[in-house]
Formats: sequence, C-alpha cells, structure tokens
Amino acid sequence: MSVFLLVLLMGYEMYLGSKPSIEKFGWGFLTSSTWDPVQEIFGALPVIYGTVVSSLLALIITLPLSIGVAIFLAETAPPWLEKPLSFLVELLAGIPSVVYGLWGIFVLVPFLRDTVEPYLSDKFGNLPFFTGAPYGFGLLAAVLILSIMVLPIIASISRDVLRSVPQSQREAALALGATKWQATKIVLKDAMPGIFGATMLGLGRAIGETMAVTMVIGNRALISPSLFDPSYTMASVIANEFTEATSQLYLSSLIELALVLFVITIIINGLARLLVWSMERRWKAS
Amino acid sequence: MEVKISVKNLEAYYGKNKVLKNVSLDIPKNKVLAVIGPSGCGKSTFLRCLNRMHEVVGGTITGSIMLDGEDLTKGDPVLLRKRLGMVFQKPNPFPTMSIFNNVAAGLKLNGVRSKKILTPVVEKCLKQAALWDEVKDNLDDSGANISGGQQQRLCIARTLAVDPEVILMDEPASALDPISTTKIEDLIFELKKNYTIVIVTHNMQQAARVSDYTAFFYLGELIEFDTTTKIFTSPAKKQTEDYVRGRFG
Repeated sequence: MSVFLLVLLMGYEMYLGSKPSIEKFGWGFLTSSTWDPVQEIFGALPVIYGTVVSSLLALIITLPLSIGVAIFLAETAPPWLEKPLSFLVELLAGIPSVVYGLWGIFVLVPFLRDTVEPYLSDKFGNLPFFTGAPYGFGLLAAVLILSIMVLPIIASISRDVLRSVPQSQREAALALGATKWQATKIVLKDAMPGIFGATMLGLGRAIGETMAVTMVIGNRALISPSLFDPSYTMASVIANEFTEATSQLYLSSLIELALVLFVITIIINGLARLLVWSMERRWKAS
Repeated sequence: MEVKISVKNLEAYYGKNKVLKNVSLDIPKNKVLAVIGPSGCGKSTFLRCLNRMHEVVGGTITGSIMLDGEDLTKGDPVLLRKRLGMVFQKPNPFPTMSIFNNVAAGLKLNGVRSKKILTPVVEKCLKQAALWDEVKDNLDDSGANISGGQQQRLCIARTLAVDPEVILMDEPASALDPISTTKIEDLIFELKKNYTIVIVTHNMQQAARVSDYTAFFYLGELIEFDTTTKIFTSPAKKQTEDYVRGRFG
C-alpha cells in the first residue's frame, strides 16, 4: 500500500517538475524530432525511437536464446550440469551494468568496428539497416549488449515458470506416446503466459537500462534506419544531460522524459507481473 | 486363460533402492487385473514398469516383460506407450487444449491433422468413456473447465484414442467422489471387452467389484496372484488374508 503511494507520489512529483515543458510543447513533445538544447527546442521522438528500437531488437535476438536456455535448464539438463549452469545465468544477471559497458567499449565495439560491421556492409550494404560508416559505437552495439544483459532475466524466470508446470503434464504427454521434445512442446504451451510475462520483464529492463547503453550507443538524437548509426535512449539522455541542464525548460524537458519512461516501464512491469502471477495461481488452483 | 503380458523375474530399482523383488506374473487378456497392497509396496512401480514410465522418474529394471511374446524392455518406449495407455491417479487433462483436442492429442502427436479423421475418433472415444452426452455441446471448452470426474473420463477417452491394447490405471478413482467413482468402475467393466486392463487400487471393495484377477504386493514382493474371488474368499497366504480382511495396511 505504502509502495503504491510512493509510486503515485513519484509520478506526481515528476508531473510537477515537467509542467513547464508540458505547457510549452504539449503532445508535440512526443512527436517532434528536434532535440536542441541551445535553442531550447525539445522533442523526444528520436530518443523514444532509440529506446524502443534498441529494446525490441535486443528482445528479438535474445528471446530464442533465453527460451532455449530455460528449456535446457528446466527440462533436459542433468542435475550435475543444471546447478552450476543456473548459478552462472544468475551470476550474469548480477553483474553491474557499468561493467557490461566497459566490456562493450573495450571488446564489443572494436570487434564490431573491425570485423562485424565491415562484413555486414560488404554483404548487405544495399539494405538501409547496414549503411553508413562502421564506427562500432552505435545502435548495433547497444542492441547486442542489451540482449546479453536481458538474457539471464528472461532465462531464469522462464526456467522457474517451466518448472511450475506440474510433472503430471509431462507424464500425460509421455504416456500418450509423445517423444521428449513433443512433451516439452506441450509443457511450453502450458507455460506460455508465464514466459510472455518473463519477456515483458526483460523488455522493462532493456528500456530502463542506462549505463551500459549510454557507453556504447553513441549518444546522438538521431532517427536512422541504419544499425551502424549512433542513437540515443531516454534513460541515457537523462543521465548524460541532467548536470548540464541549466535552464528551467531544459530541466523540465528531461523530467518529462523521465515521466514518459516511468509510465512505460510501470505499464510493462505491471502487465508482466500480472501474467506470471496468474500463471502460478492457475496451477495452484488445479 | 489367454496371456497378454508375461512378466518374469522383474526387479525394479530407484538408484540403489530395490522396489520390486523378483516378480513373475501372467496378465490375462481382456480381463481386469487389480493390483493391491499397502502404500509403498511397489504396486505403482509395477504398473509403470509395464509401459516404461518408470524411466521418466529415474527407475531401472532387470528381468523380462513380454507383450504377446515381444520383449517390452527393449526398443523405443515412445512406440511402446502407444500400445499400453496409462490413466493417472490425479486427472491430468491438458489445460491449454479444448476437450476435443485433449482427446485428439495422441493422434496429433502422430501427425494426424485432418478433422475428417479426428472428429469420428473423438466422438467414439468420448462415447466409450461415457462422457459424450455431457460434453458434446462444448467440445471447444478447455479440458480443465469440467469437473474432476469428467476430467478423469476425458483422460480415459484420450488414452483410448491412441487405440492401445492395454490400459494401465493408477488409482484412477482415488481423487474422485463416490458417484464419479461408480462411473469409472462401470466404464472399466465396459472396456474390458476390448482391452486388457491393469488397475492399481488401495480400495479393496473396488478391487473386488471391478477385477477378474487380483495380485497382492507387499514390500516389493508379489505375495499372491489368483482370481479375485479366490483372493477375497479363500486366499492361500496368511498375509493376503490379513490384508483383504483389513487387519493391516
């Protein structure tokens, strides 16, 4: 209850803080694509775009991997392998994001710049996604680092969800003459709402991730289809520019960005928790 | 009597723990065999060995189990389980599937997709399981949204749809109310015309009502196997008599 109040209070506080910017730009704040602190014109579209695209692409990359890991851990791994592997996955979730960021700068970015991006622009350069100079820093680096960071979250929650499906479901399938894989598919179908919830939690994490992303994404408010180009996310704009925000309007625009981010993550997390919870409840009831 | 399954010197282990000791027994064709005994006597394990579901929970066996002269302990368990269907203690329909798809699940696993083939099979099996009249108007509802007794009959229909030769039942009525239990028992009586049935139960009256033969297990050993009439009126062993008279267990 008090937590709920706290959330409400935070939202209200941010609303107050962003009032000047809301009054000045209205809904145009969300649709304008100019972010120019010098002339005090603030439009959030490029950073919203950067946030949404980097998070969704990361999710697309990480989802099959995460679910694969979850299935392996919950269904097929022998106990002696499952324990240390589960531990490793959870360890991955515990690494501070600044460490991911450093790894991004010193390992991932040079690798992208020297190997991956030249290869992609050579082979698929006629596609708009792989045009421009291969700097290394840019959307692609952010997407990859996010997909690594989100994997342990989705994998470990999905593993727990799969485990919560009663053994009797697997036995029912096997006794009908299902192969191990067919039985797993039936279990997976049972677990779908929970896995979807886990995915949403991962998405929430990706959208809110600040440090690691800002270290590799290039930090320019730009809408470009190319994955090589630099981009910017809501979280990283706030972190980077808060100290430089000297004018009232600049500050309040940043606070409005925080409000938008806040609302989006609350909706996503709430939805996710609801799904995971309803799934667990259904099994307890039956 | 015609023998359907012949078990010889069966021993079952969970890890180093021996749960079945040198069990030999002939299961008669198109009859109902009741397996009785106190908890932990190995009766469920015995049932699971027959369709190799013991492997799922990490068990191993030695000895031989012959189905119509064919060794069941060898070969692919996936193929074998289509010949020996299993009904579990707790009804376990697939909640994400409709009633129709629950019954059709086994066939779908085999790649049968055509509604033309599935529809008559589903209807036939639901009728055989005495469930058709109760669900025929809501075949698209979830298999989990019917009563426990109906769920168990749905599970029986699902098992029948694969067209097994033998049906193994692990205390199929122990989680059900008396009326549902009666329905299941009537059903077993009907089914034995076409199937060989092995039913594990710790309800003595049920064993006496539904079965033709009874096997009494105690501490992993087969103590006595005979016609149900014999077991319940004049058993050869003292232990059997004590158990069926309700003096222990």
